[in-house]
Amino acid sequence: MKSAREFWKGCLSLWAGMRVTLREFFKPPVTEQYPYEAPVIPPRFRGHIELVRDPKTGEAICFACKACEKACPSDCIVVEGEKKPGAKRKSVTVFKLDFTKCSLCGSCIEACKSGAIRFSKDYNLAGFTKEDFIMDLFKRLEEEARQQAANEHAVSPAVPPPAETAGTVKTPDVVVVEVEGQGR
Amino acid sequence: MNLPEPIRLVAFLVGLMAFVGFNAAYLVWAERKGSGRFQRRLGPTEVGFAGLLQPIADSIKLLTKQLLVPPTVDGLLFRAAPLLVIIPAMVSLAVIPFSENLVARDLHLGLLVVFSFGSIHVLAVMLAGWASRNKYAIISAARVVSQNVAYEIPMLLVVITILMTTNTTSLSEIVQKQAGPFWHWNIFRLDQNPLAPVTFLVFYICMLAETNRAPFDMAEAESELVAGAITEYSGMGFGVFFIGEYANVLVGCALATLLFLGGWQSPIGVLPGAFWFLLKMYVLIFAVMWVRWTFPRTQFYTLLNLSWKVLIPISLGTLVLTAITLKLF
Repeated sequence: MKSAREFWKGCLSLWAGMRVTLREFFKPPVTEQYPYEAPVIPPRFRGHIELVRDPKTGEAICFACKACEKACPSDCIVVEGEKKPGAKRKSVTVFKLDFTKCSLCGSCIEACKSGAIRFSKDYNLAGFTKEDFIMDLFKRLEEEARQQAANEHAVSPAVPPPAETAGTVKTPDVVVVEVEGQGR
Repeated sequence: MNLPEPIRLVAFLVGLMAFVGFNAAYLVWAERKGSGRFQRRLGPTEVGFAGLLQPIADSIKLLTKQLLVPPTVDGLLFRAAPLLVIIPAMVSLAVIPFSENLVARDLHLGLLVVFSFGSIHVLAVMLAGWASRNKYAIISAARVVSQNVAYEIPMLLVVITILMTTNTTSLSEIVQKQAGPFWHWNIFRLDQNPLAPVTFLVFYICMLAETNRAPFDMAEAESELVAGAITEYSGMGFGVFFIGEYANVLVGCALATLLFLGGWQSPIGVLPGAFWFLLKMYVLIFAVMWVRWTFPRTQFYTLLNLSWKVLIPISLGTLVLTAITLKLF
């Protein structure tokens, strides 16, 4: 009698399972058709770092204090700045990130007092060479500003964008940084 | 339409082969699409509209692949096994009436033909496993034999209850006896067999096990046996096994429709019989896929326990009950 009751309960549980799958069958699929539709990046997504632009001036907030460079445990940031004539303080001219060494720890962002860097939402970062991941973030920022301007004045003929793209820079000083990192 | 006999048979031969080929191809598509929907995925979408050309692309790929015969296999049996999988299913379809007039050969022993050819399927999978000379394939062959022997018994026992109520082994006559409103279908004939729906369920479960479909796909339990008996097959050899699997599912569901759901009989009296037959059959095939994507694979001893300790007693019970009911009323 006990086994008969168990058998009946087993049958009911089978039917319960069938009902669950049939319900799922009629719900819409949740597949994200990736190359055709872009995923929604969550707000706390950690891409590589990027420079933040001042919404008023459109220039970088960063004034090359090098706090991030010092805070970086992997030595992957190189910042240089210069004082432009008439300006009160320095402005950034070089901001290089060696993404091959970056562990996305975020120490640089914590160290930055003025909120001049943040995590980007870039995820399409596949590259063919190591140099693809040694990024010039300042050039990237300028490119971004140019694109924004081009979008705003889409009708008027804007300045033709330069052929070189941000993010793929092969300069000797970056190689030096790399050697230093490996020597330790 | 009264064609001369030889032409009629050739037409049916071509028609049935096309039917099996088409169904094998598009049941694979339906299975992939359906499994996607059960898991809230999309299934194939790229080739053609809604992936409808996917089976054609797949078969072209399979046809162009090299047919690799490993040097250690038993050459004759290894090559004969795929044929033995697909031919019995085709032969079984010859006696299955799609509608009142649409049947290749209306044998008065039609049911017996289907079951005798259906049992060759076991032999074919066993031969494939044995001839492959591969440890996984041999384990799979042993499993197939013990599983199918175990499930053939309850299946035949429930078929005997149908034979007792209908007094005929001709599939056409079995369907004709279910004519009229839908409560004349064998699944609802509680006056003849008080456990008729249970009988149908037992038949359906046994059909799943006989065709080696999940959750009883012990023969190709891919997590433990690679691909079981078809491990060593490549290209179209593998493809023929695939066609054979779906052809067997097709025959099983067609048989369940004929025996229990009134075959071509329409429940509301409209539309031609073949439509109703195919509708019922495809609903059953959908249920096969539904079951596959709901239940995990059983363990082997559970599988045999289900047959020997549950299904055989139940089917014996329905048999005795039917006999008593028929004798008393």
